[in-house]
Amino acid sequence: MATSIELTQAARDPMIPVPYVVERFLRETNDTFSLELEPFDPTYELAFRPGQFNMLYVFGVGEVPISISGDATDTKRLVHTTREVGVVTRAMRNLKAGHTIGARGPFGTSWPMEEAKGHDVVLVAGGIGLAPLRPALYWILRNRDEYGKVVLLYGTRSPEDILYSKELAKWRSQFDLEVHITVDRATTEWRGNVGVVTKLVGRAPFDPTDTVAMVCGPEIMMRFAVEELTKRGVAEANIYVSMERNMKCGVGLCGHCQLRGEFVCKDGPVYRYDLIEPLFVEREL
Amino acid sequence: MTRTLRIGDQVVLDRERLAGLFEAIRKLGYVVHGPILSDGAIVLGPIESDRDLPIGWRDRQDAGTYRLERREDDAVFGYAVGPHSWKRLLFPPKRSLWRAEREGARFHLLPIVEDTPKLALFGVRPCEMAAIRVQDRVLANGQYQDSNYASRRRQAFVVVADCHEPGGGCFCASLGTGPTEQGEGWDLAMTEILQGRHRFLVRAGSSKGLDVLRALPWTETSPADLQAAERQRQRALRRMGRRMNPEGAKELLYQAASDNHWDEIAQRCLMCGNCTMACPTCFCVTVVDRTSLDGSQTERERVWDSCFSLEFSYIHGGSVRFSPYARYRHWMTHKLASWQDQFGTMGCVGCGRCIVWCPVGIDITEELETFRSRVGGNREAVR
Repeated sequence: MATSIELTQAARDPMIPVPYVVERFLRETNDTFSLELEPFDPTYELAFRPGQFNMLYVFGVGEVPISISGDATDTKRLVHTTREVGVVTRAMRNLKAGHTIGARGPFGTSWPMEEAKGHDVVLVAGGIGLAPLRPALYWILRNRDEYGKVVLLYGTRSPEDILYSKELAKWRSQFDLEVHITVDRATTEWRGNVGVVTKLVGRAPFDPTDTVAMVCGPEIMMRFAVEELTKRGVAEANIYVSMERNMKCGVGLCGHCQLRGEFVCKDGPVYRYDLIEPLFVEREL
Repeated sequence: MTRTLRIGDQVVLDRERLAGLFEAIRKLGYVVHGPILSDGAIVLGPIESDRDLPIGWRDRQDAGTYRLERREDDAVFGYAVGPHSWKRLLFPPKRSLWRAEREGARFHLLPIVEDTPKLALFGVRPCEMAAIRVQDRVLANGQYQDSNYASRRRQAFVVVADCHEPGGGCFCASLGTGPTEQGEGWDLAMTEILQGRHRFLVRAGSSKGLDVLRALPWTETSPADLQAAERQRQRALRRMGRRMNPEGAKELLYQAASDNHWDEIAQRCLMCGNCTMACPTCFCVTVVDRTSLDGSQTERERVWDSCFSLEFSYIHGGSVRFSPYARYRHWMTHKLASWQDQFGTMGCVGCGRCIVWCPVGIDITEELETFRSRVGGNREAVR
């Protein structure tokens, strides 16, 4: 068992993971899953802001940065949703309830929940990019009165790849939230939109002059989303994007996540678009 | 020895008394490291006394070239910098971060409690002192710190030695980091004087250094000592192999991001990463997990890494900096430009190692000037 001494030391050194027990493994789609984690030490206080990430460690395999996909008000349970794409995430898929996993964090900047107050909010998600946006959505729904119109635009490869489908169905039936989903490839049963998510921006119901947009997905998708948003009249300073880079430390010391002068792990991953625009357009930076 | 020495006072120590300096430092519990001869190069290693130093040797350096030669004199510091830098000691190439043991479905994390060594760095050149100050900013003075580095650095006793034999790759003078500009952060500074009586001008930069110096049989400096030191400095400045104009380097390189000259450099660059290993300020690391064959134990190590590898920027789907030009661009832009945004200083100190230890002799000073001469050149347009 993890002793409190271990935890205290872990808290001091950001490179040492904190042990968590896997409470629940949730298969989301064919290649995505969520892990619900609880710290071994019941007194360990979880605290994160929507958009932040943890470095998750699988024993003997390695560590990867994964954004937090749960509710920020839940101080007992940590939720991460990820896609199986590499050695570590594939090992993570084999974790079961009762297994131990390590986590370091939370790291990085967060979605502009304060700045968005009093304005319309558009969330644009591509694929697994919905996971880091879900905490923002939970936040908004808990403080619904503080925000204007709220729109979620979500694009994924096929209807089978839709993440959090039950929650999305529930949200779609709510009157205080607009949810639009589109898929790249439809199946015969699909009655919804087909095409890239950025195409939904043009007809989504929000006031472009009074909107904060939060965009998360593949870089090319974010680029087009920004283009569509600015075309509608959303100021670049009101658009936020979440960047992804290789990370080994999470605290700006390993150098891997650099995007010119930015350490994406600590200066990001969430950026106000106008502040990193030149870095966003240059190739292979 | 009629007066009480103070920090900054310059005094004379005879060559024969150098052994006493080592004794005095070792007596305080320091493990002394300094330049030694090994495998045809002057590298850094543990030294017991002045006899271990590369006395009477010089190095001939230029782009992609390094040779040792005998000197006609018995100079103690008659060479420039070798392939090693002090980051090997303050920021070791490999370090264990923690261990973990499996117990059924669970595992325990066992932090590694390490007593950091009390190091004395002997013969640190002014450019290397500048590099240590750069690493202080990066590793010890930021939002997060590398506690191991901070601890090693805090405990270290640093003896700076002015440089009188700059190599062909050197350009410290143009960056204000040498050959005799020691800046701050050291305990003792020495200037070797070969003309006439073989001796050193020594001054303390800290109370630790002062304690050591006070215990030595020093004598007062004469005007002749200072004149000899100045002549040596002038001679060193004349022998500096290269120069870099740092003026506007940041804006210049940011503007040059799309210049197709990067492709031209990439034609020559082997992506070997030698420059990053030899560089005294490069700090990038990766982590390596070593797991026992039965899967019961694992250990995580932090090891030096290089931005020239494809793995460095790999995220699912591919490497961010896939093209060779993008990797060289990242390294050079980081060193001379974005480092300034990150840490308020350039990442280059003019030691010339990246030029000398580059197998194909790519010269960062020359490439910077090429970009300067091409301002406005556009990568896409030329393609």
